[in-house]
Amino acid sequence: MKKLGKQTYEMANPVTISYAHALVGSKEKNGPLSKYFKDYFEDDTFGEKSFEKAERKMLKTAISDMLLANKINIDDIDLYIGGDILNQLVSSNFVAEELQIPFVGVYSACSSVTESLALASTLIDGGFCNRILCSACSHFSAAERQYRFPLEFGNQRQAYSQWTVTGAGCMIVDKKESQNCPKIKRVCFGKVVDYGVLDLANMGAAMAPAAADTIMEFFKDTKTQPSDYDLIATGDLGKLGSDIFRDILAQNSIVIENNYIDCGHMIFNGNQECMQGGSGAGCSAVVFSAYIYQKMKQKKLKKVLLLATGALMSTTTNQQGDAIPAVSHLIELEA
Amino acid sequence: MNKSQRNQDYLMYVEKQSPKSPWLSSLFRAFIMGGTICCFGQMIGDVIKSFFPTMDLLTVGAWVNISVIALTIILTAFGIFDVLAKYGGAGTFIPISGFANSIASCAIEYKKEGLVFGVGAKMFYVAGPVIVNGVSYSMLVGIIYFIISLF
Amino acid sequence: MVAVLMYLKAFLVGGIICAIAELILIKTKITPARILVLFLMFGAVLGGFNIWTYVVNWAGAGATLPIIGFGNSLAKGAIEGATSNGFFGALGGGLMATSAGIAVSIGLSYLVCLFSSSKTKRN
Repeated sequence: MKKLGKQTYEMANPVTISYAHALVGSKEKNGPLSKYFKDYFEDDTFGEKSFEKAERKMLKTAISDMLLANKINIDDIDLYIGGDILNQLVSSNFVAEELQIPFVGVYSACSSVTESLALASTLIDGGFCNRILCSACSHFSAAERQYRFPLEFGNQRQAYSQWTVTGAGCMIVDKKESQNCPKIKRVCFGKVVDYGVLDLANMGAAMAPAAADTIMEFFKDTKTQPSDYDLIATGDLGKLGSDIFRDILAQNSIVIENNYIDCGHMIFNGNQECMQGGSGAGCSAVVFSAYIYQKMKQKKLKKVLLLATGALMSTTTNQQGDAIPAVSHLIELEA
Repeated sequence: MNKSQRNQDYLMYVEKQSPKSPWLSSLFRAFIMGGTICCFGQMIGDVIKSFFPTMDLLTVGAWVNISVIALTIILTAFGIFDVLAKYGGAGTFIPISGFANSIASCAIEYKKEGLVFGVGAKMFYVAGPVIVNGVSYSMLVGIIYFIISLF
Repeated sequence: MVAVLMYLKAFLVGGIICAIAELILIKTKITPARILVLFLMFGAVLGGFNIWTYVVNWAGAGATLPIIGFGNSLAKGAIEGATSNGFFGALGGGLMATSAGIAVSIGLSYLVCLFSSSKTKRN
C-alpha cells in the first residue's frame, strides 16, 4: 500500500469485496430499485417492541442471511467494522455483541459504509487481517424519533428535505482474490467541511461540499478525471444536493457527464413523497450492495467511484446554533 | 476568500437553488383546514348549547376546546392526525388541536422508554414551550393588572 | 340564517388566522413551535387589553380555538383572578381558566398511550 498525495491510499494487492447483501423496508422495496432488492420486510417494526430494536434485528438478519447463504463461518472473520446513525452506535454495538468477534465501531453518519470499507481494505492490505465484515444501517422511524419529532406528530416536510432509508447493507472484504468480485483499488479519506448550513432538513446542501472536496482531492492525488470511470455514485445527497455537487465541481472546471448517480436520488421515485430522495447510513449501503455491487459482478460496470456523504451534527449542536459539518469518504472499485 | 464570506455566498446560492414549497396552495389548505376545525368547534358549541341552554358562553367555549382536544388525541392514537396535519399545515397546529396532538404524539412515542421517564418526562417535549410561555405571560398580565388596580 | 352566518364567520376568522401562520411559516425560517409561542403571546396581549373578546363575540369558535384564543383565556383568567382574589388570583388565574383543557390533554394522552403505539409514516 502506498499513499498518493494528501488523502488517497492505493492498495498494493487487490482487496476483494467477496459478498454483499442488502435488506430493506417495504417503502424501499416499492421504489425504482425494486427488482434489485431481493430481501425486504413488510412490517416496519420487524416484530419488535421498539424501532431501535427493529433496526438492530434488521442488521442482525442481514448479516446472518449473508453468512448463511454463502456458508461463511463467523469465526473465519477477523474483524467487524460497522456504523449507523443512532446515538452511541447502538445498532452496530448490540449486533457486535451477538456476533462475538472483534469490533470497531465507526461513526461518520451516512458515510459509514465507505468509511468501514476503506478502513477494512487498508487493514487487509496492511497484512493485519484476512477477512473483515462491514456494515451500515438506518431505520426511518428510529431516526425520526431521535433526530426530529414523534411519528404521530403532525408536521409538514420541507420541499428540500429527505427521507431516511430503512435498510441494512453488509459486505465481506477479503484478502483472497476472486475473479468475478469487485476489488477496492484506492480509498480516499475526506476532510470535515462546514459551509454554514443550519437547516437540519437541508442535508443535501450541507453534504454536497464535502463530497466535492473529497472527489477533487482524489482526482488531484490520482491524476484521474471523471471520464475515467464508468460510474460515479454519491451516497445520499438527494436531487438538490447532487445538483449542488455538480455545480461546485463545474466551478472548479471538473465536468461530470452522464456517468453520475446519487444513491439517495435513485432509491425513491417521485410518487413516494420523499422530496429530494433518500438519506441515512442505510441508503448508500443498500444501493451499493444490491445495485452497484451486482452490476459490477456482472461486469456491466468496470470502474466505479463510491462517495458516501455524512452530516455530522447532533440535535444538541443544532439547537445551540452550530452549523452542520459534513464528511465524505471515497472508495474506488474495479470489477 | 475567508470562510465566513465563502459560507455566506454558499448559503445564498443554496437558498436560490432550494425548491420552494408551493405557497399559494399551502396557504389555501391551511385556510380550509383551520376554518373547518373552527366550524366544527362552533357546531359542537351549538349542540352543547341546545342541550344546556342556561350554560354561560365561557363554559361552552371550554367544552368546545375539550371536545376538539379529545377528538384530536383519539385521531392521533389511531394514526390519522398526522395525515391530516400533512395536508393542513398551520391549519392543524394553530388551533388547539395542534397542542393536543403534540402532547399525545409524545406520550405515544416515548412510552417505550417507560411510564416515568418516557411518558412522564417527555410528554411536553414539543408542547412544553406553549405551556411555559403561556403560564408566564398570564402571570405577567395578572401581576400588572393587580398593580394597576391598586391605584 | 343567523346560525349559518355564525359558521361562516367562524370559518373565515379561524381560516385567516391559520393562513397567516402558514404564510409566516413559508416566508420566514421560523419553526412551527416558535410561531405557536408567538401567536400565544399575541393572544395574551390582546386578552390583556380585552380586545380579543370582541373577536370572540363576533366569530365564536373561530376566535377561541386558535392558539390566540388560548393566550386570551390565560390573560383574561389572570385578570379575573386578580379582581376576585387579589395577588394570589393574579398568579393562578390564568392556569385556572385553562386548566380543564390542559388536564384533558394530559389525562387522555396518558390513557391512549397505554394502548396505542406509534406507526411509521407511509409518506
